[in-house]
Amino acid sequence: MSDKASGEGIGQPVRRKEDFRFITGNGHYTDDINRTGQTWACFLRSPHAHARIRSIDTSAAEAAPGVVAVFTGKHVADDELGGLICGWTVTSKDGTPMKVGAHPILALDTVRYVGDHVAMVVAETLADARAAAELIDVDYEALSAAVALSTCQNEKTAQVHPEAPRNTCFEWELGNKAETEAAFARADRVVKLDLTNNRLIPNAMEPRAAIGEFDKGSGIYTLHTTSQNPHVARLVLSAFVGVAPEHKLRVIAPDVGGGFGSKIFIYAEETACVWAAAKVGRPIKWTGDRSEAFLSDAHGRDHLSHAELALDSEGKFLGLRVKTIANLGAYLSTFSAAVPTYLYGTLLSGQYDLPAIHVEVDGVYTHTAPVDAYRGAGRPEATYLVERMVETAAREIGMDPAELRRRNYIRTFPHQTPVIMNYDAGDYEASLDAAMKAIDYAGFPARKSEAASRGKLRGIGMSSYIEACGLAPSAAVGSLGAGVGLWESAEVRVNPTGNVEVMTGSHSHGQGHETTFAQLVASRLGIPMEQVEIVHGDTDKVQFGMGTYGSRSGAVGMSAIVKALDKIEAKAKKIAAHLMEAAVEDITFENGTFTVQGTDKSLAWAELSLAAYTAHGFPSGEIEPGLKEGAFYDPTNFTFPAGCHICEVEIDPDTGITKIAKFVAVDDFGTVINPLIVEGQVHGGIAQGVGQALLEHGVYDAESGQLITGSYMDYCMPRADDLPSFTLGFTKTESPSNPLGMKGCGEAGAIASPPAVINAITDALGIRDIEMPATPARVWSALQAAAPRAAAE
Amino acid sequence: MSVVSMTVNGKPASADVEARTLLVQFIRDELGLTGTHVGCDTSQCGACVVHVDGRAVKSCTMLAAQAEGAEVLTIEGLAKNGDLHPMQAAFREHHGLQCGFCTPGMIMTAVDMIRRKPDLDEETVREELDGNICRCTGYHNIVKAILAASQEMR
Repeated sequence: MSDKASGEGIGQPVRRKEDFRFITGNGHYTDDINRTGQTWACFLRSPHAHARIRSIDTSAAEAAPGVVAVFTGKHVADDELGGLICGWTVTSKDGTPMKVGAHPILALDTVRYVGDHVAMVVAETLADARAAAELIDVDYEALSAAVALSTCQNEKTAQVHPEAPRNTCFEWELGNKAETEAAFARADRVVKLDLTNNRLIPNAMEPRAAIGEFDKGSGIYTLHTTSQNPHVARLVLSAFVGVAPEHKLRVIAPDVGGGFGSKIFIYAEETACVWAAAKVGRPIKWTGDRSEAFLSDAHGRDHLSHAELALDSEGKFLGLRVKTIANLGAYLSTFSAAVPTYLYGTLLSGQYDLPAIHVEVDGVYTHTAPVDAYRGAGRPEATYLVERMVETAAREIGMDPAELRRRNYIRTFPHQTPVIMNYDAGDYEASLDAAMKAIDYAGFPARKSEAASRGKLRGIGMSSYIEACGLAPSAAVGSLGAGVGLWESAEVRVNPTGNVEVMTGSHSHGQGHETTFAQLVASRLGIPMEQVEIVHGDTDKVQFGMGTYGSRSGAVGMSAIVKALDKIEAKAKKIAAHLMEAAVEDITFENGTFTVQGTDKSLAWAELSLAAYTAHGFPSGEIEPGLKEGAFYDPTNFTFPAGCHICEVEIDPDTGITKIAKFVAVDDFGTVINPLIVEGQVHGGIAQGVGQALLEHGVYDAESGQLITGSYMDYCMPRADDLPSFTLGFTKTESPSNPLGMKGCGEAGAIASPPAVINAITDALGIRDIEMPATPARVWSALQAAAPRAAAE
Repeated sequence: MSVVSMTVNGKPASADVEARTLLVQFIRDELGLTGTHVGCDTSQCGACVVHVDGRAVKSCTMLAAQAEGAEVLTIEGLAKNGDLHPMQAAFREHHGLQCGFCTPGMIMTAVDMIRRKPDLDEETVREELDGNICRCTGYHNIVKAILAASQEMR
């Protein structure tokens, strides 16, 4: 391999190809795009959490300057457009399917959360559209709202959907109840904890945006939108909503400024823009502002749980039982039903040999914004619960938390958990050891005393996490209720001059696929990375794809590329054999050169590429001209990234302010293509997890259902001075479930870090629990409650 | 409507705009310089930071009319003669960006930071970044890039 090639090879920290356009201001995000004749949309949103719409008078708005059209739910209904769907069906323990309330594009007679979509004004300018929206007269009959998750599962509370009595969408269970009860019956000790997983608001920095267009001549609709999975958006918009047939709808997700799950989903705004574009005969653009993002992007987390862990006298885990109430918001979003069930209950074994688990989850509607996948999606909730329980158990039995974990780690693979997952590879003790070494665990008591001498409370907390990524084997998810398969596609097009275009169904919105995918292709074909172009995010260019979420693009998306490259190599060898008059079996391909084994005959990649297209003298019927291959890769199993994060905090007892003194993350992601990018993913994930633990909380007023944290003035985003620099380490066991041995790295930080932070805070304060986010007020109050007399002195 | 004129990235720029037009709208919509982004509506996120007469300013917080006659520098004007500014190069070298949306504001803020405080340390950089939000990087590599660029520019 040449120096250049090895410098760009797998495992090298190659600087990103995509950076040049972003650091020079030449990116193309949806809002940067403008179309000829474009109009602007503004959505009138519900000011009520729950209200009946008696009437809507749009006449003044229609007559306002610059207004092109005003649409309400009646227009949508008249067009017989379908509603937005949830692509995953969860079945309750009594065998009944989940109870789904209708989710119209624009509200028809009822609004169900503050921010719900009531009308769309299309006008010549954004200012005109906004001014006209103010003139729409909606006669609301305000109704009481179901807001507090803990109290809304009864007939007396306001009902969100008539289809779902007691606001209960499903009552799901997983695991073995009888075995779990038996485990608790013989337990020497039972540890119990009530846990809240706080509601988060995703806040990708680019707000959602859309431009809908309709070409009268061809009947083709085009939608530019901020999507993590444009093909899934097209499928839903055509097959379920019925905007246009699939072959008459092109969806383009250009540069997308972060997603974290929130841009997986198919929302009302983009749907309305593309649908109405045909009605007004002009392109319609909508760019959400941050306030709209807070109100109507799908939120994340929001669980209330009671958990019990059974142990024997030696500290060996015998069983875990969990009861969780999961907030779904007012409507089911695209994958919302899967998040608190199959992405949550299935991970409750953690890294531990836990012979019996039983989990019950009630999915509950409330008059709040829909709740769906947010970075980690179900797995942070599971990890938080398990790692808080383990830490609490260690303290209650007086054992070092590391030692309790060691006693219970799974050590042989494959390991079948009681909750579906079959872990294929891992070495949990290796990451624990590495993390303890990196943070100098043994030196903690000295650091604690030193902090005490300065009047500060120092604490340490760890989190041994596991996640299921590489979503996912299609047959497995199909059997669990998914309406889609979760394979990925790739197409490798070799041009006559030897450079290569790779069409991938994965979508990059910050992950750096243009670099890592090109590293893989370049190293395999022995050509420089600059000769590889990664193409994604356009349904006209890429035939189909499932998009990017669930840390799947490496393990699944790149595996599809490997499969397509295998086919390219096989065909190229056939051509090489013909050109060099040798048998195919005698052709080797290395460093971009085809050689007839044992001879000095060889062909360079570029020569072969050209020959594939000149096709002179190819034996007819045996070799087709051209060099282009596609592949669909369906994983054989989930992948199981795992590791250990340890956090050390220092708390000022006078102010309750928590400072993260040290944060160590040791992760096992299997094969790493580009360590620079992987480290960046971990940093970002930790920041979001620390945000959840210390700062962020989506809060609704319990009575009115108004979103109290509706701006950056109220919702506390992590800023640079809230965080330290992080210390990272890696261990490696390759995943046997995909050709590259990759596991996925995108969500680990957000999954692992919240329990590490809270374990450290509770350690510092000497208390059993504190609710996230552990704000200075909460920490200070906890200190007062723990030692009221000391505080008074 | 009134004509507003200023110098943007070294070139004269003027447009007939409504009085309420924000500087960021002038830059994006009138001049088509879309590298400057809008990430919030409360002047908190800093995605829209540009330089006005050499000082970092959130361009969503200023009317275009207030920049009448000013020298405005946006991310598009930072590289000179095809050479990246050391701050741009440092962001690439240290992987200080992921989705790229906050990046122009981060870079413009960082350039101004070094102008004001040539001797930067990590704590100062973190404090100074208070007005710029990034959701992707956890700031780790942004801080690293700014410290590296401050060495480079010394």
